[in-house]
Amino acid sequence: MTQTQLATRAKSFAQQPWGLWWLQAQRLTRIELRRNLFSWKAIWIYCLAFIPTVIISIHMLIDRHPASAMSEDTNILAGIVQLYYIRLGVFFGCLGIFSRLIRGEMIERSLHFYLLSPVRREVLLLAKFAAGSISAVFLFGSAIIADFALMYAGFGAAGRDYIFNGPGVGQLEAYLLIVVLACLGYGAVFLLLSMMFRNPTPAAMLVLGWETINPVLPSLLQKISVASYLRHLMPVTVGADGIFALLTVETEPVSGWAATAGLLVLIAIVLTYSCFRIRTLEIRYSTE
Amino acid sequence: MNDRIIFEDVSKFYGEVLGVNRISLSIPSGITTLVGPNGSGKTTIMNLMTGLVQPSSGHISVLGLTPADQLELFSIVGYCTQFDFFPRGLTGWQFVLDGLMLHGMEKAMAVEFAVQAIERVQLGDAAGRKIAGYSKGMRQKIRLAQAIAHRPRVLVLDEPLNGLDPMARAESIALFEELGRQGMHVLISSHILDEVDRISDRVILITGGYLIAEGNIHQVRQEVHEKPMQVLIRCDHPEVLASKMFSINHCVEARLHADGKGVFLRTADIDQFYSMLNTIAAGGLVKIDAVAPADDDANAIYQYLIGTDGSPS
Repeated sequence: MTQTQLATRAKSFAQQPWGLWWLQAQRLTRIELRRNLFSWKAIWIYCLAFIPTVIISIHMLIDRHPASAMSEDTNILAGIVQLYYIRLGVFFGCLGIFSRLIRGEMIERSLHFYLLSPVRREVLLLAKFAAGSISAVFLFGSAIIADFALMYAGFGAAGRDYIFNGPGVGQLEAYLLIVVLACLGYGAVFLLLSMMFRNPTPAAMLVLGWETINPVLPSLLQKISVASYLRHLMPVTVGADGIFALLTVETEPVSGWAATAGLLVLIAIVLTYSCFRIRTLEIRYSTE
Repeated sequence: MNDRIIFEDVSKFYGEVLGVNRISLSIPSGITTLVGPNGSGKTTIMNLMTGLVQPSSGHISVLGLTPADQLELFSIVGYCTQFDFFPRGLTGWQFVLDGLMLHGMEKAMAVEFAVQAIERVQLGDAAGRKIAGYSKGMRQKIRLAQAIAHRPRVLVLDEPLNGLDPMARAESIALFEELGRQGMHVLISSHILDEVDRISDRVILITGGYLIAEGNIHQVRQEVHEKPMQVLIRCDHPEVLASKMFSINHCVEARLHADGKGVFLRTADIDQFYSMLNTIAAGGLVKIDAVAPADDDANAIYQYLIGTDGSPS
């Protein structure tokens, strides 16, 4: 490509109505958030997010909390994050939230209202993704914060000391980063699947199977997985026996920033392909 | 030709099912009615125009814009679809306002436009209620309000009179007429031909995905040579007039009007027919009160060209 062509492209890029697109994306996100978070249909996702919170609350109220049990509770919390939230809660929550964004509107026969508005389809898709991500991060992020606070609340001063003077805050930050990346990663995958398949659930089950066997796959294939990146970010190593051992297989070590960057690249690739797909999406409700 | 809606050899196949085949159109401003039986391809044409479906071949341009120019196209196009579904949980007001906000308007301006559109379809009292509680007619009206709210130059209306009571139909037709007069492109598909016939500047007849005829209603009627035109003549001696017309061989069928004060005459040569009628009237044989074509409306053309079973005649 010549320098003149590059300059022309750069000029054309700069002349795009970025301000308008940003405004439209903000407004679409607001509309979507209203529908995602304040809907009776979202109740099961709230339940999915806060079931561990209820269990940890009961544990806090009923069980005794000697200081010696703190290490065990720390491991349990890490297990809840890795084995429940990442494998099940966030996975199925994101399946519910993100597959509804496009496919749900096709089923409800209301997607055409968005496609008939003066909004680029890529902006529509990214705004819907942003709204889904905010909803998922809000729900699961709040749940993780609540779980963390309740898990150490029973330990009184020792718990507070662990959080503020020990590794507590760092662990919480790592869990939140994991939840944010999990929501973005699974969200991007399910948004794409919902555009590719009329019923994305069977495909999501295949993804779940893939994520489950991923730790024992060759290193190259492990890179095509959300959970494999997240595993490397866990602040506490979860040891497990039996069937759970498969879910916690230690793979070749990857640094935190490399895992984060790798997952963000994976998300970018999936979203780029989704943008390409939405350009040619047709409204044919009769086939839904 | 940037002031026209243009289809160039457009085909659309849904898998192996034909939507429309090799349609070429050039639609100027004014009111154009798409006429055809169910499944003939009317909605496909509208969806192609607005990019809801992609053509299998051919090119479409709406006032110089292609359906891929989403941003510019939907600033000038309003589409009231026949899908009777809405985003969940919205009031009529939110539905119209949300649509306008996506145009990037300031909120005050969007509110002003929304108020005007809702008032125009006379739904002001119900705007604050949830759409889920609306009657079919109200849902039709709120869709129309959303389609016209941003003051488009092209208005596409798929069966816009469905579910409306006679009063609301009359109001809607008056609105379409007004928009057409203002120079807007109004494209209507409707089964209620009697009502849209009065306001249409031209018709597009389509069946089985094929374009059958296109143009001004009266011109299209005259092109249907195999169906002689029928004219109603109001006069004092209809039987005498019928007899005279038969004798000079300018009539293929005559039928007296039920009230006995007129006669329906069919002729294969309408120009000659009117010329003879002038001669007869000037000769004083009958006193003619009124002359009017009796079958050059969209309904008659529909019957002649498409037939009740939807097959071409």
